[in-house]
Amino acid sequence: MHIGIDVGGTNTDAVLMDHTHVLEAVKNPTTHDVTSGIIGALDDLAAGRPFDPQDIDAVAIGTTHFTNAVVQARGLASTAVIRLGLPAAAGVPPLTAWPRRLRLALGDHVYLCSGGHEFDGREISPLNEDELRRVAGDLAAKGVSSAAITSIFSPVNAEMELRAAEILRAELPGLRVSLSHEIGRVGLLERENATVINASLLPVAEQITNAFLKALDKAGIDAPLYLSQNDGTLMDVDYVRRYPVATFAAGPTNSMRGAAVLSGLSDCIVVDVGGTTTDVGAVVGGFPRPATTEVDIGGVRTNFRMPDVVSVGIGGGSRVTLGDTPVIGPESVGFRIHQEAMVFGGSTLTATDIAVAGGRVRLGDPSRVAHLNRTEVRRCQQVVAERVAALADSMRTSAEPVPMVLVGGGSVLLPDEMPGFDAVVRPEHFAVANAIGAAIAQVGGEVDKVYSGQDLDREDILAEASAEARQKALLAGATPDSVRIVEIDELPMAYLPGNAVRVRVKAVGDLIFGGSR
Amino acid sequence: MNMIESRDVRDIARGAAILGAGGGGDPHVGRLLAENMIDRYGPVTTVALEDVPDDAFVVPVAIMGAPTVIVEKPPSGDELARALYAVEAVAGRKVTHVACLEAGGLNSMTPIIAAATSGLPLIDGDGMGRAFPELQMVLATLDGIAATPMAMVDEKGNTVALETIDNPWAERLARSATVDMGCSASIALYPMTGPQARRALVPDTLSQALWIGATITRCRDEHRDVARTLAAELGGSVLFTGKVADVVRQTSGGFARGSARLDGIGADSGSRMVLSFQNEHLVADRDGEVVASVPDLICVLDADTGEPVTTEAMRYGFRVVVLALPCHPRWRTAEGLALVGPAYFGYDHPYVPVVPSER
Repeated sequence: MHIGIDVGGTNTDAVLMDHTHVLEAVKNPTTHDVTSGIIGALDDLAAGRPFDPQDIDAVAIGTTHFTNAVVQARGLASTAVIRLGLPAAAGVPPLTAWPRRLRLALGDHVYLCSGGHEFDGREISPLNEDELRRVAGDLAAKGVSSAAITSIFSPVNAEMELRAAEILRAELPGLRVSLSHEIGRVGLLERENATVINASLLPVAEQITNAFLKALDKAGIDAPLYLSQNDGTLMDVDYVRRYPVATFAAGPTNSMRGAAVLSGLSDCIVVDVGGTTTDVGAVVGGFPRPATTEVDIGGVRTNFRMPDVVSVGIGGGSRVTLGDTPVIGPESVGFRIHQEAMVFGGSTLTATDIAVAGGRVRLGDPSRVAHLNRTEVRRCQQVVAERVAALADSMRTSAEPVPMVLVGGGSVLLPDEMPGFDAVVRPEHFAVANAIGAAIAQVGGEVDKVYSGQDLDREDILAEASAEARQKALLAGATPDSVRIVEIDELPMAYLPGNAVRVRVKAVGDLIFGGSR
Repeated sequence: MNMIESRDVRDIARGAAILGAGGGGDPHVGRLLAENMIDRYGPVTTVALEDVPDDAFVVPVAIMGAPTVIVEKPPSGDELARALYAVEAVAGRKVTHVACLEAGGLNSMTPIIAAATSGLPLIDGDGMGRAFPELQMVLATLDGIAATPMAMVDEKGNTVALETIDNPWAERLARSATVDMGCSASIALYPMTGPQARRALVPDTLSQALWIGATITRCRDEHRDVARTLAAELGGSVLFTGKVADVVRQTSGGFARGSARLDGIGADSGSRMVLSFQNEHLVADRDGEVVASVPDLICVLDADTGEPVTTEAMRYGFRVVVLALPCHPRWRTAEGLALVGPAYFGYDHPYVPVVPSER
């Protein structure tokens, strides 16, 4: 058995699972104190379906803690930003275009140093070890505890980042270091930004994982702990402590993966209706389709792969004005739905009240909405369905029929038939799809490199990249026979003679259960 | 426009990405660099093309190389000014005005950087009115203006000065040197006199980019259709709205060639458009009929946001609007089409000029 937990802004959902079968699911309000919220969720699971803590093989948690820490610029480490590559790139120094508040929270310790490589692996300039020792001296004087090191074209050649880290650690043994080639892809500023965010989150990662481990300990669970990352795979505690930034956007990913598994559909359009918004994404081959635009995190541009999600301001708490042309949202009562919605004794007409009045769901006191005009209620339901269906249709990738899967607590707003979709699936446990997504996540490895030179054969390049991605998946804890390549992306580099090509390969596999922490 | 300040750069970059017709490289890193240089050295003075004096010595600048490399290895900032000084040294004449070679994409930003760092005024105009993949594809070539003396500079401090027998040779030799410089070189070329510049540059393209960028922002705020607004104002036409159903790419001769198939949505349901590209979009074919082609600009915009979508970023499932904008009239002449028409890029159909949509 294993447990999946989703710590959201409003609710903490938890599920007890036997492989992909849900044994018990609970929903609790999220608490300010991390540990007690998790303990509460685990206690509720055990109350609903008693289990021996020793029988739990793994616990997977999806959390927005790290995203929130950056958005709120809270608890971040004083972080040195070291770039290797002079004289190149000096015109765009690190932290360019960062929000001032975040820049100040990190201390604005920027160092431009020699080093870096060309696209084909030649050095831009040699690494200057004395220069780095001087940086270390400066960091010691300023009491800086984290460092982000980014070398130009380190996805092609990482040796300078590794050597620089070695030098800094020799001078400053307690320094926490993040290296850009382990974090991001080609694209200096975006990779550097992600590396800096990662380095600044290292102490937060330590605290949060300790809090999670403490909660498991108190519940008597001695199973490995995993956290969800943005690509729908899991990472272990050691990995989170090194790469906390990889947790970003795990929420929508988990809900889509959960929907796919609950419905048994590896290709579908997932509609997740929450309290304020409806998010729509596409699942292709069991994984969310990634967005291709650059992603802003707290105002900082990164090149993470995030799921392609479109949203509309319709949710269970959306305010409603009835009439010939009803107005639904985007204003929402949000988490105050249990006080403000009419069926719960409040005075605000919400989308949930309409669902109750229309007979879609039994909640609260239906007599409180019995007076509403039937025709107007039906018209309102129709408009909600049409708007969500139009959004969902825009996410389709072909005219081929594709099923729609409805998840999230607010999905009771929607009918069983949606215009343009011939199959609408409302799986069991739809309200806790993201906790289930966390529970069933796989582990993976990704490679993103530029290969150049006339002598390289395409097949050899892909084979080499695939082997490296598989190896990374195995290191992440995948069972060897389950690892498969889920994505190969080749991008020829434009405006160049020769055949330089950028290759991205992703491998995933099932997690080994029964390991020890 | 008589000045470019830091706050103008974002809109110019956004508009330039539209003028890039899918190519020209993402202006983002150039934008940051241009903003930094204006913050450091002050705003850039701009000069209308018609106001360039006869005794001017005008030198356009650009960055040549792979956009993928430029986003990983941005310039140090002073390369473009050094390229200008290298041309001065060879020509034996002081540069009086900086010009833009290519208003589409990243190279809309490079002359701003050059002007800010050198303190020289910048001409509001450019060499082609869009983005093109090769150095000789400028109006100056039609006027017999030589690309050389030309200078190429890298961030390491190397300078290459070129004197060539014709412009295709300049393209060829420069491209080889660019690879050795690490696939990115700052270049200054096509030195011109005032009268030559007034004839061989497309006027007002930087202010046009600024207007397009501001219009995208304004349309989004006002929930107006970006593509239709641009088409109406710029004499273009909205060709198609669809979802990317397939993208095929191959590299040959250093260019990312390929095609994208779009399946129509909304009013275009049931129709299909195929876009052929070589860094830039070159031909738009609707249900087997060519509806737009190079040298007109075929621009692809995100259907929801109106943001430009580059050929590199085109992916299966994208929802896009295809917009055609007219090229400079000189590209529509027989000699213009011989240099940059469909035949030059290997297509056997005749050039189909874009028909402005009714306002």
